[in-house]
Amino acid sequence: MPSYRELLQQVRSEIDEVDVTQARDLLAADDRPLLVDVREFDEWTEGRIPGAIHIPRGNLESRIEQAAPDRAQPLLLYCAAGNRSVFAAKSLEELGYENVVSLAGGYVDWKRSGFPTELPRTLDGAKRQRYSRHVLIPEVGEEGQLRLLDSRVLLLGAGGLGSPAALYLAAAGVGRLGIVDDDRVDASNLQRQVMHSTARLGEWKAESAKRTLEELNPDVEVVPYIERLTSENVERILADGWDVIVDGADNFPTRYLINDAAVWHDIPLVHGSIYRFEGQATVFRPGAGPCYRCLFPLPPPPELAPSCAEGGVLGVLPGIVGSLQANEALKLCLGVGEPLVGRLLLFDALATEFSEVTLRRDPNCPVCGDSPTITEYVDYVEFCSGRPTHA
Amino acid sequence: MSVVRIPPQLRGEVGGVREVPAEGGTVRELLDDLMARFPALRPQLVENDEIAPFVNVYVEGEDVRTLDGLDTSVDHGSTVILLPAMAGGI
Repeated sequence: MPSYRELLQQVRSEIDEVDVTQARDLLAADDRPLLVDVREFDEWTEGRIPGAIHIPRGNLESRIEQAAPDRAQPLLLYCAAGNRSVFAAKSLEELGYENVVSLAGGYVDWKRSGFPTELPRTLDGAKRQRYSRHVLIPEVGEEGQLRLLDSRVLLLGAGGLGSPAALYLAAAGVGRLGIVDDDRVDASNLQRQVMHSTARLGEWKAESAKRTLEELNPDVEVVPYIERLTSENVERILADGWDVIVDGADNFPTRYLINDAAVWHDIPLVHGSIYRFEGQATVFRPGAGPCYRCLFPLPPPPELAPSCAEGGVLGVLPGIVGSLQANEALKLCLGVGEPLVGRLLLFDALATEFSEVTLRRDPNCPVCGDSPTITEYVDYVEFCSGRPTHA
Repeated sequence: MSVVRIPPQLRGEVGGVREVPAEGGTVRELLDDLMARFPALRPQLVENDEIAPFVNVYVEGEDVRTLDGLDTSVDHGSTVILLPAMAGGI
């Protein structure tokens, strides 16, 4: 039976090591290896080599495939003194990784040599607990949760779609939510707009939303805009800085306005719409797929637009479609998964059926096409007589 | 024979049903068949002998504008989806 020293020596002879100077050169190269810190959490929080990801030794085998799906991907492992990373490198070679090296001397030697280190941002104890179910998911983790806390999402409409979308984004810890809505809570809203309540009748929806969301999660800052989006205010609202826009508007003028703004500001737009028992969702991501005008270059003539009075919607439908929008927005903030770009998801609540059609960027699109013909905001007239806010 | 999926906004023009069978080897023939039986659909779907700009037609999930427009062929048994712009959210 070998002693620890003997085993370490033996394993060390079977793997490749680099010293800190070689490691620094490797990390400065174009094809830099993925730098993996295999120490424990407490050590990681006290400082790390810049650019490292953290996978503690005990979770290495189970988590490495997520971080490095390609077995040919070069990996540089380090621990505190360069011993644990020797065993870690051996384990990864056994998993089939072809280019694994261990940093001899580890973080201690790196730091002693005067090479740069950084303090990783971490969640405090309360946030670690609140977001623990996110942190547990490899695709999110602590880094992802910090990214969500830094994210800023603008929601158009605090109504049927905006309610579930905003609730889930706030619960998820998206740090800043803007809510654009110029309407007040009406009794006829409460069959579906779950962000408001009977006690809030008559209040501004944007203010009611702010109270609900900040009560749900005080980590979230809610910025209410009690106004209707127009060509006059769209630039001011976007100047506050947003990573993703969730479109839950109820009218064509706003949908065209925000589409054009999202293209010009290069902000992904998560689209959702509902009518009676049917809903649609897609993501318009400038440069990566079509925009709303590729789909519908112009709004329908007023006489053909569905009249507001004959609308109506099953209460739960916006709950489903708005939740899909929240899902897309979270993925965009996190940079994970396949966003619904170039695909329009159709949901039929009566049949309980999802279907999908392909959306393609139109090179002749008047806004995002090769030779745009619309280059400034257009205020279309409203199509319904009266306020079209109760579709 | 293909199946045309009628969006909720247009169901009033076809007696309230969700799907209508229609005949035609191209989108043009298929829509002509449909509009002959339900004339109120015409202004909702066609403008200047083209598919109206505020409606999309998908054959097997592909926008016919990215194929051959009204001349796009429709195989027997295909599903055709009509999709007018829909604004509702609130």
